[in-house]
Amino acid sequence: MSDTTGPPPSGGAGPSSTRKEPPPSGGAGPLATRKIRRRGAHPLARFLVRRVLLAVLMAWGITLVTFVLTNLVPGDPVAANLGQRALGDPAIVAQWRAEHGLDQPLWRQYLLHLQGLLQGDLGTSQQSHRPVSQDLAEFVPATLELAGAAILVSLVLGVAFGVVAALRRDRLSDHALRVLSLIGISVPTFWLALMAFYLFFYRLQLTPGSGRVDAALGLAPAVTGMQTVDALLAGRWDIFSSAVAHLVTPALVLALYTIGLLTRFTRSAVLEVLGQDYVRAARAKGLPGRVVLFRYVLRSALVPIITVAGLAFGSLLSGTVLVEAIFAWPGIGQYAYKSATTLDLPAVMGVGLVVGVVYLVINLVVDVLYGVIDPRVRLH
Amino acid sequence: MTLDISGLKVSIGGKEILGGVDLRLAAGRVHGLAGESGSGKTMTGLAVLGLLPHGARVSGSIRLGERDLLTLPPKELNRVRGGEVAMVFQDPATSLHPMLTIGKQLTEHMRHHLRLGRAEAKARAVELLGKVRIPGPEEAYGRFPHQFSGGMRQRVAIAIALACSPKVLIADEPTTALDVTVQAGVLRLLRGLCDELGLAVLLVTHDLGVMSAVADEVSVMKDGLVVESGPRGQVLREPAHAYTRSLLDSLPDAELR
Repeated sequence: MSDTTGPPPSGGAGPSSTRKEPPPSGGAGPLATRKIRRRGAHPLARFLVRRVLLAVLMAWGITLVTFVLTNLVPGDPVAANLGQRALGDPAIVAQWRAEHGLDQPLWRQYLLHLQGLLQGDLGTSQQSHRPVSQDLAEFVPATLELAGAAILVSLVLGVAFGVVAALRRDRLSDHALRVLSLIGISVPTFWLALMAFYLFFYRLQLTPGSGRVDAALGLAPAVTGMQTVDALLAGRWDIFSSAVAHLVTPALVLALYTIGLLTRFTRSAVLEVLGQDYVRAARAKGLPGRVVLFRYVLRSALVPIITVAGLAFGSLLSGTVLVEAIFAWPGIGQYAYKSATTLDLPAVMGVGLVVGVVYLVINLVVDVLYGVIDPRVRLH
Repeated sequence: MTLDISGLKVSIGGKEILGGVDLRLAAGRVHGLAGESGSGKTMTGLAVLGLLPHGARVSGSIRLGERDLLTLPPKELNRVRGGEVAMVFQDPATSLHPMLTIGKQLTEHMRHHLRLGRAEAKARAVELLGKVRIPGPEEAYGRFPHQFSGGMRQRVAIAIALACSPKVLIADEPTTALDVTVQAGVLRLLRGLCDELGLAVLLVTHDLGVMSAVADEVSVMKDGLVVESGPRGQVLREPAHAYTRSLLDSLPDAELR
């Protein structure tokens, strides 16, 4: 046996390289440095600036789309807002149209609308005769509170359920959780809301009924418009507990669908990551199970999870109408419904704008989270 | 320390994967394990670390010094993994976590097994990166796997495997996913580390060219059994088993004969 076995093994071994590397740039030397570019700003900061600029552009797009769509709606706002007698009088109709700027050409209306927006003026609601911005400031926080509580509950429970189901694959707990998530996804929200209201309030009297706080307590001084937060800020524990009690049932009802959705997505995401080489490599390093789970598995699984959670939060916000109606929750869903049925165009546009901007913010947050979690996103 | 595998049998779902494998690894020696795909080479390597797929049934013994790894309680097995027996996987593009810096992946098990502080672990990690000849180890420490080429990534993976000064290294096809031009460098590195650190290396490969370059002993597997085993010169030059001969004959050039 000779230790100087002729040529290096590179020559032989035909079937070896199954996966082609990118061609080495000049010898097998320090290739590692070739992809790294020195930059002035921190990559994450650059990534953020780019995303925010993009979001501003999208916000302008939203104003255009809401304006055009709202004006395409078949139906005459004049007819919807004036009485039968007034409609018969052309002078009144003309005056009403002039008052609301409806006599101007559409492009001018849009420019005026945009100009107003820049000054924080969303027009005046034809129903409430108050500035739309004032209406929204009242209704939006209520919905944000409801949807925010729902998404928080869904994230905690959905991710936990999904991880458990994946780790205990094909055992009893996995099957039970899968049935549960299927129920959560398929039960219609309005039915669930009615049943929950009937059961917990009417039969068991566990929860307070409709509204946001006990009327006797009054409202906490408005800061954010969210009762739970405002009560905490004011140090009013009685209002806080009442607000939480009012929030629990509608939030859970709203969350059930998202819990089911997140359970399923988390389960499949975790299962996929569990099969990855780097998880086996982490086990081969002798890392404790919880380190492998949290550092190696969940980190990767989080990318699809936050994608779904972001989308779910958006649909929660716009999907609260039924729950708000049943629990008499004074939110944006009820406001949107009322405005739409009365063709209150400024209010409809205001709601559209808010929902659009909320989607935008959620997408921005999700994008930024991608960058925080995955270095490959922010470095390229 | 020696690693002694004897009568290792593995079956998954009633199907026998290994039918009684005997292998002996000694310190400072590279033991090559050859054979075609599906012959059970990789499963043998995974069995040593208890990383077989779910539902696998194992019997026989894998002795590391006085202990039998197959009967070790999970906690103690976890101390052996990475600490005394380490593993290098086939494809460095998938065996490193894409979202963790290589510094993190180099130090986490050091801190866990050796109870090192942050600064000590980092110093040792940088030293290791130098040892596997990563250019600019200090800067490389804070980078992510995708910022390295395939060959460099495999060097990082080797550094990770060596971090806790293991006695035994299992290298599962460590050059298969690499360009031919960088294979030689990685193999030379493995051979050098084996001599320098007195490692017992199990080099799993289907590539007899790789084998002839670095292995001291060679075992050939077929259908879950070791069909031939012995010093490299003997096995590769005067194969006793017909299967080994056919493997050698299938090589495109005659450099081995």
